[in-house]
Amino acid sequence: MPQIEVKDVSITYETPSGPVQGVKNASFTMEPSEFLCLVGPSGCGKSTLLNIIAGFLTPTAGEILIGGNPISGYGLDRGVVFQDFAQLFPWRTALGNVTFGLEMKGVPRHEREEIAMEQLRLVKLERFASSYPHHLSGGMQQRVAIARALAYNPAVLLMDEPFAALDALTRDDMQRLLADVWRETRKTIIYVTHNVAEAVYLADRVVVMTPHPGTVKKEVPITLRRPRDPLSHEFLDYQKQLLQDLGEGVSKAA
Amino acid sequence: MSTITAETGIAAKPAPGVWRVRLRSWRRAATSILLAAAVYEALARAGIFAPALLPTIPTILKKLYAMLADGTMVWHASYTLYRVLFGFGLAMVVGIPLGILMARFKRVEDFFLPLVSALMPIPSFSLLPLFLLWFGIGNMTTILIVFYASTFPILFNTWSGVRSVNPLWLRAAGAMGADEHKLFWKVIIPGASPFIITGMRQGFLRSWIAVIGAEMIAASAWGLGWVIFDAKEFLSTDVMLASIIVIGFIGFVFERLVFGVLERKTVQRWGMVRAAKG
Repeated sequence: MPQIEVKDVSITYETPSGPVQGVKNASFTMEPSEFLCLVGPSGCGKSTLLNIIAGFLTPTAGEILIGGNPISGYGLDRGVVFQDFAQLFPWRTALGNVTFGLEMKGVPRHEREEIAMEQLRLVKLERFASSYPHHLSGGMQQRVAIARALAYNPAVLLMDEPFAALDALTRDDMQRLLADVWRETRKTIIYVTHNVAEAVYLADRVVVMTPHPGTVKKEVPITLRRPRDPLSHEFLDYQKQLLQDLGEGVSKAA
Repeated sequence: MSTITAETGIAAKPAPGVWRVRLRSWRRAATSILLAAAVYEALARAGIFAPALLPTIPTILKKLYAMLADGTMVWHASYTLYRVLFGFGLAMVVGIPLGILMARFKRVEDFFLPLVSALMPIPSFSLLPLFLLWFGIGNMTTILIVFYASTFPILFNTWSGVRSVNPLWLRAAGAMGADEHKLFWKVIIPGASPFIITGMRQGFLRSWIAVIGAEMIAASAWGLGWVIFDAKEFLSTDVMLASIIVIGFIGFVFERLVFGVLERKTVQRWGMVRAAKG
């Protein structure tokens, strides 16, 4: 049984100039421990779809099943990482941020701090456990956010362009780190990005979306062996293919 | 805490010697105060005004010492502080929760916002005669005036603060299973804290100003405002000025120490507001 089923999900917004369809009939399924990237130009509804899966938005049609159960609203079965560094609570230390979900779950202090330290080790930030977010760089803050979303052990990790606001060098580091984290935790991950190279580097499968209205255009499995070399021919071929798929979608819509 | 982040090479802003900065700012404050005092002293000694109207600083300090020594000043200050803290405390108990409720619930906002907008611009002193008729001379009237003066800045700032809480924090906390109760204590209150503290600061300042005025008219026998007003009957300008020094000193202690420390230990430490330049 697939772990996640997105079934014919559509969402329509009411705007002053009439209803606008954000996502139209999006469908895909995911196996446990799969790393899936949603790729598309801005406005293609990929973040909207992620927010629907996260439970922040309610679709106007269709449904989402996690482990066979339809979701309603958000829940601890999903961890979410946003793009904005400001997602961390500035009044809590790195450790305090990571323990938050466990605290909500009612895990005793000693235990939750132990788990949180483990997560910080995973993202290589154990030395900064007692730092406040404003003392951390953007990349470090995003790593804390990843640790925070993993700490309460959700079945699925949802990531909305978490590295888009970072400089290119840091972003490369972060992608490597995330690939390691995924290898170690074997989480099911849905990762939204507009960066094709990032998708090829990280994903088992890429879901290409096109805008106006946001639809799933095609699915491209990435069969490259890991760790992947972004300079290899095969890697560049995948990139080229995806860019082509995207380009068609964009020009058609334009 | 100064940390270089190895991964990115971006240096977090190093904190300069905190004590050195603090010392420098104290020295600056002392310099301007001493300079102003020197000007006053020169004026008092110039003989332009009668010494009874413009006593020299040593005369004032002598009076201050005497009033401290016989305990009267301590009693006056205690009464005033009692009224301020009572009224201010009441204002926090009403202002903070109401501000939060207004920001969180549209219906509460719809009901209270017009009321707040109408009542806020009314100076608390304009209510003094009315309160005197209702409650007579004494603590009740002065405390209520203080309460009225400080509630609105606290309420208004809290309301703004809660509305400016980053929606991402609420989303993240919700996704991690925070219920309404936890959201309130663990996210909204700390998230709005820079505004809430600003509201408390402004509220306290207003209380402190209001209590002195209220005591002049509505207190009997005790209080810094009362003692100043009473001293005019005896032409005791030294008593007036000694009391003014105490008023300024207590206000300064609260502003600089109580609220300053509160801010440093919370919102400044969290990087939610910047420290004043040293």
